Amino acid sequence: MVCSVKATLQEILLRKKSSIVEKWVQRFLSYYPSESMKFLSSQKDRFANPVGYTISSSAGAIFDELVGDGDLLVSEVLLKDVVRIRAVQEFSPSKAIRFVFDLKEIMRNEIESEARDRAWREEFSDVECRIDDLALIAFDSYMESREKLFKIRIDEVKARSFETMAANGSGMNYREGSNDE
Amino acid sequence: MAGPKLKPEELASKIKYNLPPKGWMDEPVEFREGTFNYSGNPKNVEYLQLPNPRKWQPTDPDWQLPENWKEIILEGLRDRLHRFRSLQIFMDICVRCGACADKCHFFIGSGDPKNMPVMRAELLRAVYRKDFTLAGKIFGKYAGARELTLDVVKEWFYYFYQCTQCRRCSVFCPYGIDTAEITLLVRELLGLIGVNIDWVVTPVANSFKTGNHLGIQPHGFKDSIDFAVDELEAITGVKVEAPINKKGAEILFITPSADYFGSPHYYTLLGYLALFHEIGLDYTWSTYASEGGNFGSFLSHDMMKSLNAKMYAEARRLGVKWILGGECGHMWRVVHQYMSTLNGPADFLEEPVSPVTGTKFGNARLTKMVHVCEFTADLIKNGKIKLDKSRNDNRRVTFHDSCNPARALGLIEEPRYIIRNACNYFFEMPENTIKEQTFCCGSGAGLGTDENLEMRMRGGLPRANAVKFVKEKHGVNFLGCICAIDKATLPPLMEYWVGGVDVGGVHELVGNALIMKGEKERTTDLRGEPLTVNESAMKEGNMSEEPFGE
Repeated sequence: MVCSVKATLQEILLRKKSSIVEKWVQRFLSYYPSESMKFLSSQKDRFANPVGYTISSSAGAIFDELVGDGDLLVSEVLLKDVVRIRAVQEFSPSKAIRFVFDLKEIMRNEIESEARDRAWREEFSDVECRIDDLALIAFDSYMESREKLFKIRIDEVKARSFETMAANGSGMNYREGSNDE
Repeated sequence: MAGPKLKPEELASKIKYNLPPKGWMDEPVEFREGTFNYSGNPKNVEYLQLPNPRKWQPTDPDWQLPENWKEIILEGLRDRLHRFRSLQIFMDICVRCGACADKCHFFIGSGDPKNMPVMRAELLRAVYRKDFTLAGKIFGKYAGARELTLDVVKEWFYYFYQCTQCRRCSVFCPYGIDTAEITLLVRELLGLIGVNIDWVVTPVANSFKTGNHLGIQPHGFKDSIDFAVDELEAITGVKVEAPINKKGAEILFITPSADYFGSPHYYTLLGYLALFHEIGLDYTWSTYASEGGNFGSFLSHDMMKSLNAKMYAEARRLGVKWILGGECGHMWRVVHQYMSTLNGPADFLEEPVSPVTGTKFGNARLTKMVHVCEFTADLIKNGKIKLDKSRNDNRRVTFHDSCNPARALGLIEEPRYIIRNACNYFFEMPENTIKEQTFCCGSGAGLGTDENLEMRMRGGLPRANAVKFVKEKHGVNFLGCICAIDKATLPPLMEYWVGGVDVGGVHELVGNALIMKGEKERTTDLRGEPLTVNESAMKEGNMSEEPFGE
């Protein structure tokens, strides 16, 4: 099910966009050791700092889609790039995708003062529902990345077996039996 | 300081009352599967007469080190400080300016601060201070000194086998500190107590046994070359000669063993065979010098020297005039930076002169060894070969400068010149990711094992990120390179981060484009793929024909 966000809450969130996105990016980077965080957040060159660039260039677009009411199609593509990075870094699976859930807390803190008088809690549950959808996408992406990693490893071991057999004079050529299409 | 002015209570609210996190010296390494290499096979450790052969793994709580391991390492360090002025200088001269800090591909891809080159070297420097400097002896930790403990040994193993000796950091160091040499020497020290990895020990042992990393025996080598000759004939209609162990040949050709047994290296081999036939080169392969790679350089300077000597012994035995070297990475660092003092100068050989163009390769007068890209670029420049670029029109090519040829040999323009003459579609990656600043594949210096795959993906991220950019911008579908480790490890890197990009050698592209006398009409490239434009790649890119950055 795809939830949608009420227009009034949407307005508040969009007004707070830059602050929310910035805090979200900082939270994402805060999972790295403090000595590295400065580099990851300050180096803006996309080739010198692919990790920092990938999250900071994706966060805004993901936010826009999240507070809207359509499918999370762009977010899916962007999130895949982000999670592909986390999936090979020094994180447990839960820590790797926790940044998605962090968005709930960051958004709630941002809008709390302004939305206190209204029945925003109920409305906010719609946002949370969409963040949960995003988390499911992140979970799928994480598994997809890990499975690809395992496949690559299996392929390497197979290729090495062929090399070893060939080296031992089995007369086999690496191309026979290879799963290289 | 610039920034928003805060009220006192706001400032106070920003003060954190937590204790600072642990210092870097107090965080022991955790060995997680996928991020380290397995230990050296004891049989091969013994074969190489290295100390302390035994079965062990980095995840074992007890590494079964000799009782006096600490003494051995400190004595080893003392000896090397005395023998190598460079090491002494590297230990003392760093001013921690930070220029190198964010230049390492492992740091960029992992965010682990101990992968900053300055920190990696600090792992050794801190121990050096403790035992070899007065300030360190007196003030200990306050002077940045650190006791050598078992945890430190484990940390050395973890981080010095996370350095690919690519030397990108050295490009930015104002003092020219060569972190690759620090890595090599720490690996040497670890080797003194029997701490090695199998991906280095076994190829080195194989090189001693049969002449190459894979342990291929002479008949296996010959089979493989013969097979390639037949396959080339099937593609081109031309039967080429591939002399092996031919005494009195003018030139000895040495290339990485992966070229004749690995994929996609093999297509580069077909390219060499076609080219050498076409220009009528009087050359020979060797079953003894059947390996260009020198994994000894990942283990110790002694091993590097022994394996390098083999190439020259074979050149002497066969009586050739000079040596032509193939598309290899670290072989060129060993040859260009160390060979002349390790085993040379090779006075018994002649200063290389191209028999086809007459060009004298004065740059190789000490080592007598010429890079095949220099050789081929010279052939093209002098109009000695005919190339039909359109035969590579199914390839939209970018070029990955392999670390060692680029940074250690200065081979920047030659491969580009060849590609431009062999292909219609060539697109550069961004400037800060190529040439002297090239990003490593993340798998060099013995780290290219399957068990270390996660770490390799971290280290290769900056390279893959730049390839992804040119793929999206220009529809690039072929990543050219001139290193056997690149050819083995860039394909999985592309598969994980990019997708849809093949990897291959520059001489594969030459072989595709080369018009050979008496050839039949080519319908496929050397991979057996049809010679048509790759429509899907064109659609994926923005169809731009302009090379990036030009």
